[in-house]
Amino acid sequence: MFEVLRCGPVTTIQDQGRHGMRHLGISQCGTLDPVASRQANLLLGNAADAAVLEVLHPPLLLACHVDCDIALVGDDMGAHLLDQHRHPLPGGRLEPGRVHSVRGGQLLCLPGRRHPGNYSVLGVAGGFDVPLVLGSRSTDLSNRFGGLQGRPLQSGDRLYVDHDADSGRRLRQGIRPIAPNGQLRAIPGPEFEQFNRQSRLDVWQTRWTVGRQSNRVGLRLGNTPLRSEDTGYMSSSAVLPGVVQVPHNGYPVLLGNDAQTTGGYPRIISVISADLWKMAYLTPGARVRFEQVSIDQARAIHRQWQQYWARLEMIPPSGEAS
Amino acid sequence: MSQLDPAIHLVNDRALLLSFTHHPDIPAVQRLLLRLGRELQQSLRTPDNPQAPLRNIIPGPGNLTLELAADTDMSLTTLTEHLEQCWKSLTPDETVSAREHRIPVVYGGRHGPDLDTVAAHAGLSPEEVIQRHAGGQYDVLCLGFQPGFAYLHGLDPSLHTPRRDNPRTRIPAGSVAIGGSRTGVYPSASPGGWQVIGHTALTLFDPGNPADPTLLLPGDRIQFIIEDAHV
Repeated sequence: MFEVLRCGPVTTIQDQGRHGMRHLGISQCGTLDPVASRQANLLLGNAADAAVLEVLHPPLLLACHVDCDIALVGDDMGAHLLDQHRHPLPGGRLEPGRVHSVRGGQLLCLPGRRHPGNYSVLGVAGGFDVPLVLGSRSTDLSNRFGGLQGRPLQSGDRLYVDHDADSGRRLRQGIRPIAPNGQLRAIPGPEFEQFNRQSRLDVWQTRWTVGRQSNRVGLRLGNTPLRSEDTGYMSSSAVLPGVVQVPHNGYPVLLGNDAQTTGGYPRIISVISADLWKMAYLTPGARVRFEQVSIDQARAIHRQWQQYWARLEMIPPSGEAS
Repeated sequence: MSQLDPAIHLVNDRALLLSFTHHPDIPAVQRLLLRLGRELQQSLRTPDNPQAPLRNIIPGPGNLTLELAADTDMSLTTLTEHLEQCWKSLTPDETVSAREHRIPVVYGGRHGPDLDTVAAHAGLSPEEVIQRHAGGQYDVLCLGFQPGFAYLHGLDPSLHTPRRDNPRTRIPAGSVAIGGSRTGVYPSASPGGWQVIGHTALTLFDPGNPADPTLLLPGDRIQFIIEDAHV
């Protein structure tokens, strides 16, 4: 069991998301970086969709009350272990992409760093034990269900570990982290042609700044307003994470995992599914560019990822933890 | 079906949007779209491909979005071919029986603070607004905006009312409201600009019920019943 001693806002329990329910108005939610979460789970011998802790706003300080193996993937956040007197443990630095053993009584500290793009996933062998709600352990913050009572973590919370689900397998050699590059590959959206010529150029050429109002629902992109020529009535239809909607004020919104399932604003471009994980690192102040790719290129990139996971899953695990 | 072929657009690299821009009979086209979604899902589930290659089939008003599953090798080109095939072989099915719901509503008073606004805008008495709202037959075109929130078709045109200039910061769960040409029931509390005319005690969304989390489903029909009226 872990006890939360300190945490920033929007620290949540997430898994790979709630799928196949958008026709009921139920959002996907789930980890913002599905690559990091799956890597953490693979390192720990967990199922790919085991629940992890998502850290968007450090610091995070957890007291560990039982021996367990953990893995951090994403930003390193200066993560390290402390002893029960809160002194740093020699060799206690928690390198991302590796399995680390934590003893009961030790503290896990992620102080974070002051720059945009702080984002990490913390996995534990067995996964965090919260109930499955509508097929997922993800927190739906907007509708207050899933995860830990449908809310972000706060000081004093207790996080239980599903020890029964611990396979005992570990990937001791580690996984090389993949760094996001501030470049999101995208295809033109369904209403791309409704935008005027300048806007159709601007969307690809602008180096966008992620605005302060951004959250898990969507990233607000500043600097250049985009204008559509057809301002007539548009029927609502389904929207998905990665879709860039342009409301009447012209400032685009890049929809995130918690976005509602339907939208009525023109969609200028859509980020390809293989690049959605990079959005996790686009915290307020970060810069981002969109790069146009063809549908065939997107398909090739999707295949490369399938091959990447197949290769990783073939690496033989190294038995019991030390 | 050929005289009203839908347009197909890409939503992203893994999803298609099928839409009708204008259609005289919205509930009829919606029933067709819902059947298309079901039949497509069934036709794609074959003995050699038992895993359905679609992750989501999401109806909108007059449109349908199809999203490929993350682990499928199917391309959007192949999906489009299946879709066109399925659309061509689809015949109108008049025998379809929709689920019917009766939603009891307490109109007006503290549960319906905007009833008078709607009445004034329509040039009707509050009693007449209630009669017309509860007298309607509504089709659930689709769900969206919130879990279990139904996009309803069938609001009497005399009750169409613009949204509030100052949206409320919190509309309670169960509120029955009018926004423009639509009426709806809020499954969960939410900020919103719709005119609230009443309240139902029914639960429209229950995350603890995995088999049936939403009371309403696309294709259902509903009727509002006057449980009480404060005018």
